[in-house]
Amino acid sequence: MSADKNTEWQGDLAPGDELAEDSGVSAGVRGYLIGLVVSLLLTAASFLIIHDTFLWKPGIPVALGVLAVAQMGIHLVFFLHLNTGPDNTNNILALAFGVLIVAIVVSGSLWIMSHLNNNMMPIERVMDLHQQR
Amino acid sequence: MLGKLTWAAIPTDEPIALITVLVVLLGIGAVLAWITVKGHWTYLWKEWITSVDHKRVGVMYFLLGLVMLLRGFADAIMMRTHQALAVGGADAGYLAPDHFNQIFSAHGTIMIFFTAMPFMVGLMNYVVPLQIGARDVAYPTLNSVSFWITAAGMALINISLGVGVYSRAGWLAYPPLSELQFSPDVGVDYHLWALQISGVGTLMSGINLVATIFKMRAPGMTLTRMPIFCWTALASNLLIVAAFPILTATFAMLLLDRYLGFHFFTNDAGGNAMMYVNLIWAWGHPEVYILILPAFGVFSEVISTFSGKPLFGYRSMIAATMVICVLSFMVWLHHFFTMGGGADVNAFFGIMTMIISVPTGVKVFNWMFTMYGGRVRFTAPVLWTIGFMITFVIGGMTGVMLAIPPNDFLLHNSLFLIAHFHNVVIGGVVFGALAGYMYWFPKAFGFRLHEGWGKASFWFWCIGFYIAFMPLYGLGLMGMTRRMQHYDNPAWQPWLVVAMFGTVLIFFGIVCLVIQLAVSIRRREALADTTGDPWDGRSLEWITTSPPPSFNFSVLPDVRGEEAYWGIKQAALRARRLADKPVYEPIHLPHNSPTGFFTAFFAVVLGFAMIWHIWWLAILGLVGAFAGFVVFAWRDEDEYEVPAAEVAAYDEQRRAIRQSLVDTEARA
Repeated sequence: MSADKNTEWQGDLAPGDELAEDSGVSAGVRGYLIGLVVSLLLTAASFLIIHDTFLWKPGIPVALGVLAVAQMGIHLVFFLHLNTGPDNTNNILALAFGVLIVAIVVSGSLWIMSHLNNNMMPIERVMDLHQQR
Repeated sequence: MLGKLTWAAIPTDEPIALITVLVVLLGIGAVLAWITVKGHWTYLWKEWITSVDHKRVGVMYFLLGLVMLLRGFADAIMMRTHQALAVGGADAGYLAPDHFNQIFSAHGTIMIFFTAMPFMVGLMNYVVPLQIGARDVAYPTLNSVSFWITAAGMALINISLGVGVYSRAGWLAYPPLSELQFSPDVGVDYHLWALQISGVGTLMSGINLVATIFKMRAPGMTLTRMPIFCWTALASNLLIVAAFPILTATFAMLLLDRYLGFHFFTNDAGGNAMMYVNLIWAWGHPEVYILILPAFGVFSEVISTFSGKPLFGYRSMIAATMVICVLSFMVWLHHFFTMGGGADVNAFFGIMTMIISVPTGVKVFNWMFTMYGGRVRFTAPVLWTIGFMITFVIGGMTGVMLAIPPNDFLLHNSLFLIAHFHNVVIGGVVFGALAGYMYWFPKAFGFRLHEGWGKASFWFWCIGFYIAFMPLYGLGLMGMTRRMQHYDNPAWQPWLVVAMFGTVLIFFGIVCLVIQLAVSIRRREALADTTGDPWDGRSLEWITTSPPPSFNFSVLPDVRGEEAYWGIKQAALRARRLADKPVYEPIHLPHNSPTGFFTAFFAVVLGFAMIWHIWWLAILGLVGAFAGFVVFAWRDEDEYEVPAAEVAAYDEQRRAIRQSLVDTEARA
């Protein structure tokens, strides 16, 4: 009975999940090792694309952004054990709230700061004023 | 060896500061001597300082707030009396410009961070676990650490009174004034380190309470059965978790500017001071909702209990709270419309600011409809609540006026703004804290506070508030700006004199609070609450005794609906007997821990050393604070057991009292 349940559950395993029966040190380390290797690969990839020429130049910042987001995902799954299991709803919601707040603050700050000099006189007209005395 | 610290740091040339320090030191010395003579040290250490019980921690938070209210108010009355005299040149009045600037900076910082915050965190700490039917918060020792770290920040800000100077850059320390170039002395460093350290405490407390509300609720206490105070506490703590890191990061950048020659916010080398203003308000606006949301919760509890009715529109109240929680992050530009942004941003943030007043309006209507048709008992907490409803609506409306960008260009940094935010902070947060204090005091200490002195305090505070701040609205419209050490327009003076008299009335209100406490302690036998339910309450904190035992509930309550305790109470009254005796089990409780106290001690050392550039001492402080955590992490046993027999014996007594109540009710 319990063996059945376990095999069934294993089929439904999310990345980063630890298996129930081998909760020993080696199993714990395995998840971290996978995470470490993948994140190192992603880091190496970002260095590769800025030093090489096989990516279209203007595409490089986009590629770096994609790699950075993938890196965050790897960290969340393998190091912070965030997965889609039913007992993880709170963590997912917390992450969603955090992402929302970061998005609001970052995009809002960029928007606000781009408006910083909106009501200032253009620099050419300031020069004119100086010359007119 | 001692960095920048020399004997010149003692303010021997400022008699007001020096005399204050001496009086405070004498006071502290007297208290310590009294404790030693009476032999209370063991009791204090075991029952309070090292306690990880959320009830003790909550009471200590509130006490911290009360003490700092006195300090912040002393600054307030100095500013008001000074401005009432200060018509003329820089030598008018009795405070030098340098001293006056320190006073308004300290007043704002202390009132927000060390009065309002401890009041609200204290109430949430005390009440939330009781209302959701938990034995403690999720992380009891962390809770004690949070409190003591907040106290460490408070200690630093008070040390600045006697050693060195305090910041002159206002409560938010805007650069470029707060940069090294314009504030080379230690004032701004005191400000930054005190708030960095206490901010860590606040953040940990926020995490703790969020985890408590999500994970520690009693069986059957679903989210939509929680009392509204728990919902507002949840929203407030979510805001703490989301917003305080912004404050910490912003201050960290300013510290890097000041200590390591960075250029985040300087005028030269590509820095931009407006980025600081932008970031500090991205924290600062959620902060005002962190303070007001728990107060809304208190008013909801009070008005429902004393109207003898369930809260009107419970679900709409939850929706309004959570809408405010998210919207509070989308309005921050209204604090700096005058930055000179374009029409797009100003219009967007102006409209968002007006929208956020809608859920608050929903709440006001809910409170009024709760009272409608109810049998309202006009106790002191209800007076605070009604005073709040009227005052806060006025403050909200002047807030919407300020939300209109063209208006704001006229009113920005004028006394109109000062009047507006005191209108919502005093009328909302302070009234809320005091309503909560008088409402839950009998739960915490087993006796009620004296009603008469409480009502007297309310009337002094309320009338004093109007007399002190309504003139400021007018002065703002007449063009008087904030933070003026002197002014040359004699037409302003009469209004400032009136405002000063209002502040004196508020002073009487504070005196009444002190008298109320003293009188209540003296008459505690007559005011005793033996039932545990002095107000005919509706939520779970009233099911246990006053004060509750260390384990809160003998068995975790079984929640069957909204207003958990009201349902249980009505069932018992109908059946004319209590529910069947439960099976008692031993209860595990966390051991006391001095971790918080030691961490805070080393945090003060760290902060003080950083302020005065004593690097070896800073390393010592950091290592010491960290060592506290390490020692705690390696503890062998962390719980003790309250045997089932002891729990049963306690509950026997409680049930006997409750049964006699049911019998009296049945005979009546």
